[in-house]
Amino acid sequence: MTDRIEKTIELKAPVSRVWRALTDHREFGSWFRVRLDGPFVPGQVSRGRITYPGCEHYRWEAVVQKMEPERLFSFTWHPYAIDQSQDYSGEAPTLVEFTLEKTATGTLLRVVESGFDKIPAKRRDEAFRMNETGWGMQMQNIERHVQQAAA
Amino acid sequence: MLARLSEGKPQSISRLTRGTELTRQAVTKHLRVLEGAGVVRSVRSGRESLFALEPLRIAEVRDYLDQVSRQWDDALARLKAHVED
Repeated sequence: MTDRIEKTIELKAPVSRVWRALTDHREFGSWFRVRLDGPFVPGQVSRGRITYPGCEHYRWEAVVQKMEPERLFSFTWHPYAIDQSQDYSGEAPTLVEFTLEKTATGTLLRVVESGFDKIPAKRRDEAFRMNETGWGMQMQNIERHVQQAAA
Repeated sequence: MLARLSEGKPQSISRLTRGTELTRQAVTKHLRVLEGAGVVRSVRSGRESLFALEPLRIAEVRDYLDQVSRQWDDALARLKAHVED
């Protein structure tokens, strides 16, 4: 089972709130750490820049697939396709799907990213190396976030 | 040599030696080192060995997915903090 990543998370917030956090491009950007050029529109390319400190030169590019209000938001992208000197358009993208479900206490959010089996081995390797540095930065983000919350 | 191997098709030692300044022995030695490091693999074809690049190992694919998986964990933790504020 190497084709997909699946995550579920219970959020103590109404479905409408979670939907807004996912699909309003400014809200999405604030937790995903990306500054997007404009709103998400199904069938259209979404572009922007990663906002991790030290990674501002990295690009974000995805194609919005589905926006079914308060139920499903999906996009395709090339994971870690941020080297501007390379053309990734010939490669199969992965599909990211957010599914929302109302629960007694809030929202059950499921995230599925699929299609990893079609990514060339060379790129997986490259992405893996890049990710090793990315992971360290993520840790700093969390730490900063927690410290701000505690202050 | 790796560039030649990256063309994908398994190749013989004589083919890999052709056009280089290296001796057949030197190329063979080099290939065996790469094989030991898991970069290339050899298959027998009749009386000769053919060499090809080792595909990304299953463990590496799993590592990669683990990394992506952790990134999602972080992103979702930030989303949780964002909507539960």
